[in-house]
Amino acid sequence: MPVSNKDAQHLLQVQNLEKRYVRASTVSQREEVTALRGVSLSILPQVTLALVGESGSGKSTLARCVACLDKPTSGTIRFGSDELTKLNEKDLRAIRPKIQLVFQDPANSLNPRWTAFDIVSEPFVIQQRFSNQERRERTFALLESVGLSSQKASQRPAEFSGGQRQRLAIARALALEPQLLILDEALSALDCSIQAQIVNLLFELQSSLGLSYLFITHDFAMAAHVSDEIVVMDHGQIVETGPTERIARSPKHPVTQRLMTAATASQVLPRELQAV
Amino acid sequence: MRYFLRRTIQAVLLLFGVSVLTFLFSALAPGNYFDEMRLNPQISSETLASLRAQYQLDRPLPIRYAYWVSSVLRGELGFSFAYNTPVGPLLWVRARNTLLLTLTATLLAWALALPVGIWSAASLGRWPDRALSGATATFLIVPELVLALGLLIFAVRTNWFPTGGFVSTGFETLSPANKLRDIVLHMALPVAALALSSLPILLRHVRAAMAEVLGAPFLRAAEGHGIPRQTLLFKYALRAAANPLISLFGFSLGALLSGSLIVEVVMSWPGLGPLLLEAILARDVYVVIGGVLLSTIFLVGGNFVADMLLYRADPRIRTESAAK
Amino acid sequence: MNALLEIQDLEVAYRSTAGRECGALAGVSFEVYPGEILGVLGESGSGKSTLAAALLRLLPPNGKFRKGTVRFEGQDLLRARQRELQKVRGGRIGLIFQEPSMALHPTIRTGEQISSVIAAHQALDRRALREKTLQVLAKVFSADANRIAESYPHQLSGGQRQRVLLAQAIACSPALIIADEPTASLDPSTQQDILELLRTLRDQLHCAMILITHNPAILAGLADRILVLYAGKVAEIGPASEVFGSPQHPYTRALLKCLPPPLTENLRPRKSKLTVIPGESPNLQQLANGCRFEPRCTDRMDVCTTSEPAETSLSRHHAVSCFRYGG
Repeated sequence: MPVSNKDAQHLLQVQNLEKRYVRASTVSQREEVTALRGVSLSILPQVTLALVGESGSGKSTLARCVACLDKPTSGTIRFGSDELTKLNEKDLRAIRPKIQLVFQDPANSLNPRWTAFDIVSEPFVIQQRFSNQERRERTFALLESVGLSSQKASQRPAEFSGGQRQRLAIARALALEPQLLILDEALSALDCSIQAQIVNLLFELQSSLGLSYLFITHDFAMAAHVSDEIVVMDHGQIVETGPTERIARSPKHPVTQRLMTAATASQVLPRELQAV
Repeated sequence: MRYFLRRTIQAVLLLFGVSVLTFLFSALAPGNYFDEMRLNPQISSETLASLRAQYQLDRPLPIRYAYWVSSVLRGELGFSFAYNTPVGPLLWVRARNTLLLTLTATLLAWALALPVGIWSAASLGRWPDRALSGATATFLIVPELVLALGLLIFAVRTNWFPTGGFVSTGFETLSPANKLRDIVLHMALPVAALALSSLPILLRHVRAAMAEVLGAPFLRAAEGHGIPRQTLLFKYALRAAANPLISLFGFSLGALLSGSLIVEVVMSWPGLGPLLLEAILARDVYVVIGGVLLSTIFLVGGNFVADMLLYRADPRIRTESAAK
Repeated sequence: MNALLEIQDLEVAYRSTAGRECGALAGVSFEVYPGEILGVLGESGSGKSTLAAALLRLLPPNGKFRKGTVRFEGQDLLRARQRELQKVRGGRIGLIFQEPSMALHPTIRTGEQISSVIAAHQALDRRALREKTLQVLAKVFSADANRIAESYPHQLSGGQRQRVLLAQAIACSPALIIADEPTASLDPSTQQDILELLRTLRDQLHCAMILITHNPAILAGLADRILVLYAGKVAEIGPASEVFGSPQHPYTRALLKCLPPPLTENLRPRKSKLTVIPGESPNLQQLANGCRFEPRCTDRMDVCTTSEPAETSLSRHHAVSCFRYGG
């Protein structure tokens, strides 16, 4: 039940999320780790939110909680009109297709023994939807929408390049028509020219399918180019948040400034070449 | 340290549990030692009854268990009907004989498996490795029994080795040096049988563990730093391959008392194996329980030693990893 | 000035399990001068990792040298005897492999791993060895050298491990250091620290460096000269200011255009499409005739489909392999 009209517009609303867990650091010692502390953010439909921070800042933990792979210790995650932390497994199953994850290393998230066709049509099988014929049609359509030819459908991930594997992972994520796509460092392992291709693909998909993106990265320059809003995390907390233009123009928090310095220190392109 | 305390307590509880189970099983098995005697018409039933009372076989189970535990604490481990002596010393002598065989065989097998396995892995795919793989495959198929019998036949035919037993007749009259020689000659074939039957498995494991490590990036990186080949193999590769091998070693230790039954029986070695076999057939219940307990101690102990070695050898188990 | 390292016409191929040969480097020639940092810019499939391994003859079992020479300090490393090669590896040329988490032995202390490198090239007693190890560690770690020496790799962060790899490479004060993706998988601020460290080490040790990476941003401000590798061939080579300032090869131009716009200048609207190089790197097992970049090139001419361009000098130090400039 929406709280107010304004809140009903948000696709995703995270309030005061906390995640603590006990880690066995050695065989005899245990320590408590606070991965997330009072994290709140929201994403509107068809908007890209960039989540920036160094490793250990809690970005991936947040992604896992939003994707319902981990249960937060406290706090709420509201998706549409559902409160994700309060749902039982059966109701969660109905929500899961709407929030999909794409990981950094497709080599680890794609089954190496399956063909591309099997990988992309697996979600249909799991959710028991569509007839065989429909599955075929949809799978080929998905492969085409991410720029993979139908010839590739019968090949295995090992025969794909890094960029092609990420396209495959995206195709699979799109199978059940999600509303939110979480990209956890999805570009970090790719070559620069391939990153550009995938970014353009993501732009296209966003406008044609109305997707929202939670774009997790530590590459500030890329984050600033692809996002509408930026959230900066450090040690499990949000230290700065706001529209991308404002943050890129005048970052306030020292962590944000440090990330920006690291990004600007390595600007390569001369002026003449940048104007398209 | 707390880790080891916990493991020790677990081990003691395990032994406790094993003893209870063994007790239960042997009591539930039909018959007892004196059944054999019942067939003998010369022994009256009253004698039987009084014998049974004497050995408390008609008391309820928990009471017998309690008496047995107190006997363990005294070091006697119960009483053997067949041998008419406390079980403890009996087991000890036989166990010592078994350990003589198995320790020698185990050390020999490992001493061979390590260098040969390393060499095999270092020449992976080339002819030395293939020849060895073929040989191990052949030996793997041969059952221990056949191996032991084969060696026995060999002994009979060539007369180079005695065909069984621990010592020759007239052992006491020999000089110390000759005594040693006599024992060694008697040990030779059983040790060979045991070593040959465990060698193929060890070799395969050493080879597999080393082969996996030899392809690792850190080894290539070390090669890139100019580290000589010997050091690469024995210091870098072997230490990285140590984990699975240490676990295997623990298993070898654990099987020290229990792995040699067939060989001992075939070659008439007076070890724990034949004793237990006899005792089971004759329903000599306390010998059986004592033997099982002793084997369990070794099994648990072997695992424990392996865990301790792993703890020392692999810093990832005992030290903290970095915060990400 | 005499070149420290001279590579002529290097050709390396890999034999696939099916028995076919696939060329990874197809005639690469360049030089490295003492004290300079040469950046090798190449994406996946360019042959950059093969180059790093090939220079010290560290190819995997299915790799083979088809042609070429690698001259270093008076000898051809590709034809040197094993003993000579071992002296060069780690002693005169330091190598930093990719993946710091996998390039260190998991159960040996880092100090000992550095000592091993020193011990392989210098005969020192235990105390001297230990002192030297700590000295080397002090060059890459600003503090805590002792604690780092006693630690195991899994107790160190990614950045610390990378520094240990650096320490191993500089341990015997080599004349040349080859670093393959030295900052991959590191945070941006750690990346900056490592790059800064590389510069400092070059200044202190007066060694030359070959920095291999796919990310141009890493070489900006650090490399003296840039070599652009594409599909196993040298596309362009020249001073960094020229290659980045006015790139001549169509691939170099296109690659630099792919990068997201700089943060400090509003040159392109946010969320606008990035310029891309269409297609992917060529499949080296099925190469057509002609220039390897031609299928993706916006400046292609007819001659580009029939033959491969040779290297043309644009100026004394800048050369390009493209028919647009002669070839």
